[in-house]
Amino acid sequence: MSKIIHFLKLALVRLGVLPFLLLIAVAIFTFLSDNFLTGRNLINVVRQSTYLTLVSMGQMFALLTGGFDLSVGTILALTSVVGATSMAMAYAAMPDSAMLSILVGILAGGAAGTTIGIVNGIGISLLNVSPFMMSLGMASVGFGLALYLTGGTPVYGMPTEYGDIFGFGAIYGLPVPVVITMVLIIILYFILNWTPAGRYFYAVGGNIKAARLSGINTRLTLFSAYALCGLMAAIAGLLLTARLDTGEANIGATMPLESIAACVIAGVSLRGGIGRLENVVFGALFIGLVQNGMNLARIESYLQIVVIGVLLILAVVADQLRLRLVATMRN
Amino acid sequence: MGMNRSPLLELTGVTREYSGYRALDSVDFTLNSGEVHVLFGENGAGKSTLISIIAGALKANSGQIRFKGQPLRLSSVHHARKLGISAVFQEFSLVPELTVEENLFLGAEETRYGCLNRTAMHARATEVLARLGFQLRPDASTAFLSRAEQQMVEIAKAFRDDLSILILDEPTASLTERETRDLFSLVDHVKSQHVGIIYITHRMSEIRQIGDRITILRDGKFIDTVKADTSESELVRMMTGKVIDQIFPAIRFKPKKEVLKIRDLSTTDKSVIGASISVRSGEIVGIAGLVGSGKSEIARSCFGLIPKSAAEITFNGEEIGHLSPREILDRGLFYIPADRREEGLMMMRNARENIVLPALTTPGISSGMVLKRKAEKVRVKKLADRFNLQPSNPELDAGLFSGGNQQKIMLAKCQTRKVDLFIFDEPTVGVDVGTRTAIYEFIRDLCEMSGAAILLISSDLPEILHLTHRVYVMGGGYITAELEPDEIAEEKILKHFFRDGSVPQKASIEHDLN
Repeated sequence: MSKIIHFLKLALVRLGVLPFLLLIAVAIFTFLSDNFLTGRNLINVVRQSTYLTLVSMGQMFALLTGGFDLSVGTILALTSVVGATSMAMAYAAMPDSAMLSILVGILAGGAAGTTIGIVNGIGISLLNVSPFMMSLGMASVGFGLALYLTGGTPVYGMPTEYGDIFGFGAIYGLPVPVVITMVLIIILYFILNWTPAGRYFYAVGGNIKAARLSGINTRLTLFSAYALCGLMAAIAGLLLTARLDTGEANIGATMPLESIAACVIAGVSLRGGIGRLENVVFGALFIGLVQNGMNLARIESYLQIVVIGVLLILAVVADQLRLRLVATMRN
Repeated sequence: MGMNRSPLLELTGVTREYSGYRALDSVDFTLNSGEVHVLFGENGAGKSTLISIIAGALKANSGQIRFKGQPLRLSSVHHARKLGISAVFQEFSLVPELTVEENLFLGAEETRYGCLNRTAMHARATEVLARLGFQLRPDASTAFLSRAEQQMVEIAKAFRDDLSILILDEPTASLTERETRDLFSLVDHVKSQHVGIIYITHRMSEIRQIGDRITILRDGKFIDTVKADTSESELVRMMTGKVIDQIFPAIRFKPKKEVLKIRDLSTTDKSVIGASISVRSGEIVGIAGLVGSGKSEIARSCFGLIPKSAAEITFNGEEIGHLSPREILDRGLFYIPADRREEGLMMMRNARENIVLPALTTPGISSGMVLKRKAEKVRVKKLADRFNLQPSNPELDAGLFSGGNQQKIMLAKCQTRKVDLFIFDEPTVGVDVGTRTAIYEFIRDLCEMSGAAILLISSDLPEILHLTHRVYVMGGGYITAELEPDEIAEEKILKHFFRDGSVPQKASIEHDLN
């Protein structure tokens, strides 16, 4: 018995809390629903999790530098609204060129969302506004703009090809959003692990003064983290708009919490400097898995929000216990 | 010291461990009432740990403490203060937003019917300050006090309750000569009231002036307790375990061309005023001075970390005063900071990433955009071996290494790229004797073999005396003296630590007016 406990402790220290949470979740939901552990449902989970995965990866960059981005939900909303509106307008002006109007919409929406990230980056890196205030303020700005542009109603009129390709399309049987997400995972993994720029994110969060003394442009690094976070959220917003077939100002409200939760569950340190991209992907998948499982188990959607909040806190508590365990094992 | 009296405080076999590393290893220590007992040892010898345990800030893992003959188990600093054991640390525990009297009674406020009793506290604060002879207004704001005055508040705090043991941790480090004299007369006065005083200092002259007994610690171990008239060389031998010649390597200086020239450097915060220095390749130039003298700030502003109000800084013939740290680093000037935790290392990242951090875009480590991770590992392994990093695994988090090995990681950092001028800011703080010697030999090799220019900033006088070719002495933001090779001597340096009586250079007076 004590051997098993020792093994579990060791595993917890080595692997973190995520594998345990995944195992527990899979066990519970398999027990609650027969449909949970089927190939089709799991692919479904992966597809549904892509949006959160994209946002969480962006959020991770902000967290790595020791900050966070509370405006990711707003970026999704603004991207969706601006993208859909300009796409619909372009399509109305030139009904024959659907592809061109899709491109216009993507560029306009992407630019709008990324701009929020860029403004965040400028405020945090140049003007020394705390990430909390900056991104909270921009969340309000972005949400207000999205509502103002649409009057609060959904935006229709995009070419159907947009939804067909980016929402429901598939390449070799893989949903297009999943393919795009996989490509972005590979690119970001490469940046983080194989380029000096990637190291700088860790360095700035690890010790910003040491980074400065080591000749790193800390302002540029901070700026890039938030700009990149904005870009990732914007891409998620465009993909989600394609899936919904409408531009909505009300999407993404839960994204700030869920993306931070995915990162924290995956072992990204809230103090900065620590975190692995592959774990964040699994963290986002885990949250998607829990949401899917709760749907199958017919747990009411309002209660699901409660569960996500509880999970986040539990993950942080478990991580603290892990750190204590690390300290005692060292002695 | 009569044997019939039982000591005020008696520690036997006190041990304190930090994750496998013994900061204190079975230390014995006795303190009599009415004596000044000096704790002597290098940085990292365990002095701070010992006084933290006595003051209740840390708990011992094993060993016994007896206070007035009774076994003592302190639960907190507060508990210790209640028993009359008070420490004045170098780091003050004052809240700048509060007034002197509010700070005096912080955590022990007097109340009446659950409300603050301001009148009673004011009366007692006035009484305590008067008894100690401190010229301080109880309602003065702490933020505007000088360091010496803040120290008075800390000492007054100790006297708030009946005092048995007073611990002073390098109290003169930031005091002027006159303030030091005042402090010493206060210590004499306290002694006469049968208070036992534990006094930490590095300065021989202070030991002679006020010490009664000296306990020497080395690497966490108790070495000996001796009388205050023990000779200096004997004390140094006990403190370091070595004769002076074995610690400091002999260095042959071959000064060549001037690498760094600073003219009339003033910082906007006035921590440096009108300083001019020059460093040549193949020589080690020292800057000596007390904490707050501006010696560290010279280097920091030169490296672009502190804003300057005026300066001409030329490095290898190029004006660099307006450049950022990154641009200065690219030109071959490397600043190695004093505080490893604060500015030196990313404690939660591994040693490898720390070491190559300054060199990530250099050709050996990356092709500009993409890292060569294999080459990086090979390079780091070589550096780790060269500095004899222990444990020799660069994949371990920097925070898991001992102070000495963390310092080695810092030194390895500056070996990842081409450097013409190294600025070492307190390179041996919190480092054991073995590593110290290794660091000195490393600095010697830089100077002798690579012909680098080196600026050594240190509060450790022996370091300055034995390693440097020329010395600038600083006091109160001014350069108070420049000593040539044949003039470098302890008394000469100490004499210039204070600007009292010395005339500032003409240039600096002009800057004051600007």
